[in-house]
Amino acid sequence: MRIFRARKLLCRSFSNTLHSEPLRVCVVGSGPAGCYTAEKMLKAREQAQVDIIDRLPTPFGLVRSGVAPDHPETKIVVNQFSRVAQHERCSFFGNVTLGSSVSLSELRRLYHVVVLAYGAESDRNLGIPGENLKGVLSAREFVWWYNGHPDGQNLDPDLKSTDTAVILGQGNVALDVARILLRPTSELATTDIASHALATLEESSIRVVYLVGRRGPAQAACTAKELREVLGIKNLDISIQESDLILTPADEEELKSNRIHRRIFELLSKAATSRPRHAGLNQRRLHFVFFRKPDSFQESKDNTGHVSGVRFEKTVLESVGPGKQIAVGTGEFEDIKCGIVLKSIGYKSVPVDGLPFDHKKGIVPNDEGRVLSDTSDTAALEEGLYVCGWLKRGPTGIVATNLYCAEETVSSILEDLENGVLISSTAALKPGRNGLLKLMHDRNVRIVSFNDWEKIDSEERRLGSSRNKPREKLATWNELLTATAEGTEYST
Amino acid sequence: MLNLNSRLARVAISIAKHLSTRDYTSMCRAGYTPTAHLQPLFQQNSLTNLYKGSMFKKHNFLSTTTSNNTAEGGSEQNETISVTFVDKDGEEKLIKVPIGMSMLEAAHQNDIELEGACEGSLACSTCHVIVMDVEYYNKLEDPTDEENDMLDLAFGLCETSRLGCQVIATPELDGVRLALPAATRNFAVDGYVPKPH
Repeated sequence: MRIFRARKLLCRSFSNTLHSEPLRVCVVGSGPAGCYTAEKMLKAREQAQVDIIDRLPTPFGLVRSGVAPDHPETKIVVNQFSRVAQHERCSFFGNVTLGSSVSLSELRRLYHVVVLAYGAESDRNLGIPGENLKGVLSAREFVWWYNGHPDGQNLDPDLKSTDTAVILGQGNVALDVARILLRPTSELATTDIASHALATLEESSIRVVYLVGRRGPAQAACTAKELREVLGIKNLDISIQESDLILTPADEEELKSNRIHRRIFELLSKAATSRPRHAGLNQRRLHFVFFRKPDSFQESKDNTGHVSGVRFEKTVLESVGPGKQIAVGTGEFEDIKCGIVLKSIGYKSVPVDGLPFDHKKGIVPNDEGRVLSDTSDTAALEEGLYVCGWLKRGPTGIVATNLYCAEETVSSILEDLENGVLISSTAALKPGRNGLLKLMHDRNVRIVSFNDWEKIDSEERRLGSSRNKPREKLATWNELLTATAEGTEYST
Repeated sequence: MLNLNSRLARVAISIAKHLSTRDYTSMCRAGYTPTAHLQPLFQQNSLTNLYKGSMFKKHNFLSTTTSNNTAEGGSEQNETISVTFVDKDGEEKLIKVPIGMSMLEAAHQNDIELEGACEGSLACSTCHVIVMDVEYYNKLEDPTDEENDMLDLAFGLCETSRLGCQVIATPELDGVRLALPAATRNFAVDGYVPKPH
């Protein structure tokens, strides 16, 4: 797949003279993928100038808007990312949107290297009847809502007209959502949860949550820390059917070679057998339901247009290869009544103009981070264009996964610089940062610098301290941009 | 008489150890008020160098061990052990680590490229190291559930993998060799690359 140009000797002499001209890199997206990429580029090239752009005024991507409020230790990595953004050869430009503030082709003209790390801001769809009913939400939107993302403000989920929520999916995001719905709100009150969400949760009538997976407990996609945590919530009844825990020989094979799934299975087994039932009104309950595939969403008869339940088809597992089983419908159906459904079945990336895209996989076609012109076997390399993070690999992994992902992409960039693959773009003098600043100025785009972010940060922490929270998030575009305009009254 | 004293001392040591490692980390996990107040601590640290972990000045108390609590006296504080780090290219670096310091902190103080995204709070696996000799691995206390949960997610996990922030220098670890994972890509026992999130 890689195209090696046979101009090595010529390239070496060019690259020697070019060493005085700094390599100008633009990273689109300031989440883990973008920040790790920027860090590694800065380290690898003593002359590199790296600009990180983000459509939000706040940096750090999902570390700020995805990681649950009751997981503050996972957010500690922002300290490292802040140091990257504050590096003398790095600049953060918030409130700059790829596609509207600046186009991809413009960025490629301004910089020698452009790395797209803007993640996945859309959802996979089930494509089943009733998906548009009121009360059927994507977990992504719900997470944005409780994390104070400015685009999640208007979700307004109705948690007062039902006592039951169904969550489709059993990954860590599904567990996060379940935990936020079931955790005593007194515990959430001292986190950085958005205050509009806390207020809604305090009035929530939801007491029963179903976490539904298509396959069995041996295939559950969550990880041990999160599972352990949800099983340990105070005064929460856990319900797991023991019959679901019977392992087939294929399951046993899968578990034998997979430490994560083995430990998850053990935790679920213990939870199924050792939980005493709590009695009492308002008792909160979490059901782990396996082998159920959503077939359709049912509409309420009293409240038209609103969801009243989910019809599931029971499944069995079928082997499709070594260590891989899929869920196959059996033709038997079962309903779970509920007033709200949260789909946690995966995120999806959004393409931009001029960007090759693999719509089937929901990623940008690439070879170890080098963007390819299409998904065919004869695709060409898009010179100077690279990709990292979820946009490259699909929406899986943890923060640290991007560390290795960035290593691979940066490695490809450095290789291409060495081998002369980038020669035509690096030979030209590129305007880089100054060019972008001028363009944004001409377009009246109000750039939010890292210093400006620090004003937002200070203000959030100041507001939080009077409420016994680590921060009170500014959850609207207006509040965020206003805080950047504030004087240096609160700056440290 | 002597036997009773040394047994009491050992019980005292194990209690102190339990208090300083177990309960603290479970506090970190629960996300309750104490942890919420911790975060500002980390954010306030001033840093002059992009790649040095000077945030670990405050982080020191996370790595307390019994050595600081034993009756053996203040000279314990100045003693160091030899630790060799082997990086992903196979290059070795021998450093001196004071008793009681974590391997993560020691690595950062010596410019060794060991990541520490969560700064030692058992919320990531980026400080994953591989203990190269089984005898040294066996000298370590078993990992807690919390550490094992994080090791689940470590890349290139091996039979002798540990988190660098949880391996604390003790006299019996003198001479230990720790490999950074990419160096041992071939040794990975569990070759499965985890993809959860």
